[in-house]
Amino acid sequence: MIFKKFNIENKKARDLIPQAITILALISVIIYFATNAQINMGNRGISFGFGFLNQEASFDITFSMIEYDGSNSYGRAFLVGLLNTILVSAIGIFFATIMGVIVGISRLSDNYLIAKVAEWYVEIFRNIPLILQIFFWYFAALRALPLPENGISFYDISFLTIKGWYVPKFIWTNFNIFLLSVMAAFIAIYFINSYATKQREQFGKQIPTTIISLATLILIPLITFLFLGVSLSFEYPVLKQLSPTVFTYAGGVSIIPELIALALALSMYTATFIAENVRAGILGVGKGQKEAAASIGLNKNQILKLVVMPQALRIIIPPTTNQYLNLTKNSSLAAAIAYPDIVLVFAGTALMQTGRAIEIISITMLTYLTLSISISIFMNWYNKKMAIKEK
Amino acid sequence: MNLIAKPSKDNIKTYVPIGLFLVSLSFLDVFVNAFFNFNLMGFLPSQLSYFLPLILGYIGFYLIRIEFSGVRSLDILNKNINSNNFNALLTLFTIFIIIKSIPPMLDWFILEANFVGNSKDDCTGDGACWVFIKVWFNRFMYGLYPDAEQWRINTAFLILFAVVGVSFFVSEKLKKYFILFLVFVFPFLGIKLISGGSFGLEYVESAAWGGLSLTFIISAFAILFCFPIGVILALGRRSSLPAIKYISIGFIELWRGVPLITVLFMSAVMFPMFLPDGTFIDKLIRVLIAITLFEAAYMAEVVRGGLQALPKGQYEAAKSLGMGYWRMNALIILPQALKLVIPGIANTLLALVKDTPLIFVVGLMELAGMIGLAKTNPKWLGMAMEGYVFAGLVFWIICYAMSRYSQNLEKKLSTER
Repeated sequence: MIFKKFNIENKKARDLIPQAITILALISVIIYFATNAQINMGNRGISFGFGFLNQEASFDITFSMIEYDGSNSYGRAFLVGLLNTILVSAIGIFFATIMGVIVGISRLSDNYLIAKVAEWYVEIFRNIPLILQIFFWYFAALRALPLPENGISFYDISFLTIKGWYVPKFIWTNFNIFLLSVMAAFIAIYFINSYATKQREQFGKQIPTTIISLATLILIPLITFLFLGVSLSFEYPVLKQLSPTVFTYAGGVSIIPELIALALALSMYTATFIAENVRAGILGVGKGQKEAAASIGLNKNQILKLVVMPQALRIIIPPTTNQYLNLTKNSSLAAAIAYPDIVLVFAGTALMQTGRAIEIISITMLTYLTLSISISIFMNWYNKKMAIKEK
Repeated sequence: MNLIAKPSKDNIKTYVPIGLFLVSLSFLDVFVNAFFNFNLMGFLPSQLSYFLPLILGYIGFYLIRIEFSGVRSLDILNKNINSNNFNALLTLFTIFIIIKSIPPMLDWFILEANFVGNSKDDCTGDGACWVFIKVWFNRFMYGLYPDAEQWRINTAFLILFAVVGVSFFVSEKLKKYFILFLVFVFPFLGIKLISGGSFGLEYVESAAWGGLSLTFIISAFAILFCFPIGVILALGRRSSLPAIKYISIGFIELWRGVPLITVLFMSAVMFPMFLPDGTFIDKLIRVLIAITLFEAAYMAEVVRGGLQALPKGQYEAAKSLGMGYWRMNALIILPQALKLVIPGIANTLLALVKDTPLIFVVGLMELAGMIGLAKTNPKWLGMAMEGYVFAGLVFWIICYAMSRYSQNLEKKLSTER
């Protein structure tokens, strides 16, 4: 009787008990771990804290986008790793998107051969673990490239060798003015497009926005070249002999093989998933939509641009966001081929040197969490913008 | 004049034979060039002879592009690979690339490859050195597990396959016991058999385990444990009790926001710090916990999708029958929700299998790890290509079979509704 009364009349209390037990259990686990950690760190003579970030790192990093050498701090090393992670993720996302869209559209091609080739591309690259693909490109494919002295030359301005890909370096004068002009061009394009949309919706006038936008994007920066003293020259890589048998390239920019292998594997792998999303998105737009658009007199391009794509994008974007997130997280496999990303530099070398496991692993995980959350916030915003606005 | 006319039904008799002749001539040229290294059009200027197959094929495809020709096979051909100029070009490029890439692939894989011998010196041909795979095959399958004890791994897997195989043929009532045995008894029996240490079996430490069998062991255990944890987390996330809900959300999003490699790092270097001094948990178990929790978070999201897709009426109907929370979920909600998300579950399991090579981070070596070890062996340097092609093939077969199976399952279940 007591229990029954308790059950029915005190629903609040009944709800409270499991919650209280869960919270208590969680807290006791945390306290247990914390005390153990404190004792363990005490035994090893280290105390919890982030002061080590200012200490001298005294290790070198093979590839860095900012100035770095061994005399810099651990904090700086962390930054180098983070930038390298962002670099390879950005390259991967760029190429994965392009390849994914091409393959996805190819899968729907009315050309049987193209559709089959695209299908097999997806089936092959999606079903092999990413780490194996990275190993394959790095240890097998890129190791088969020639030595610097007979590197594969692209019109003598760029060389592909076993030590990496040497490309010309851009040397700008007055780069700031150029950058401002590009930004101005984008702002102009934004206004042109919104004006064109208004004209179309109010008066039914068609303005060829693509051509105008392209012209703006070329013309405004071109003006800075002609009149505002912006100029661009290239520094080409040149073969240099270090000793009778050892050659290298001087000048230019060297893209290390680790970066090439990682970017290649990440984009080819993720492209298969994006291709499936693109395919599902285009298939998801009802046939009736296209027929309706055709019946009110839109031409083929207009149907694609005004009717199919806006609806397909709505289906494509959410899962593709997830793929971008996955790619960013998968870039951590860099550690397997010694590309100096945040995991290798920070959770690898720095951890070995300082022994501060808890601090370093937490910082690394928090960084990835932040990256993940910021990409998903941006994509949610974009998604909301593209979503159907119901009146 | 007649020759410049647009291909149509009227001139089908002249155009189609000429077109087919030109197309086959272009393919023949590329084929002879690729397989016998002989240039049929060698008498022409080099640049012209290079592009000639493309031009010939293009003209040929143009000539045979006759809509509604009345010849059925021609219509099918045109519709599928020759519907317009652009498609004709794509078709030509695709076929040329395929023809061109067959001879080098064939050479490397089979014709120039080496199959006999016991050491690297036996590999004299230009192609792949499959001797490497042959010599190391045992290691690739069983890792560093002692040769004399390998029958134990074989037995464990044989029992597994036998039980699974027999369970397909027995009655529904017996099937239940088979499944119970597989889930609750066999995993521990199998692990005891493989690790040994009792029943007169020699103890084999987990550091010696490896190769493809380790991939299977880790996948099987992670699947076994991550499923119930995932279901509980999904239920927790949909709970009306705020504390349980937010703890579940926090747990799921934490794991989903970080890469597996950092989780494995954590299990290797950070986790021991959280245990009392002197406690030692086996590396394999730590890795298993890490992978299980990681995949459970993904599983939870998949299951949540199924829970959300169920109509509210199902919950209300269950409650109106007087069912409590647990009975409602176990008997009404979960059976329906899980059935809805079988493709998602299969994808998560597939991802789990593909993630297992990452355990190299903590020094355990499954197939990919063993190949890394073998290719750095001084006697077998330069075998990376063979090794990774082999590993890729093995993983591809496993993953492709899994994905096809899940697609079939999906189809089967969708017709039942």
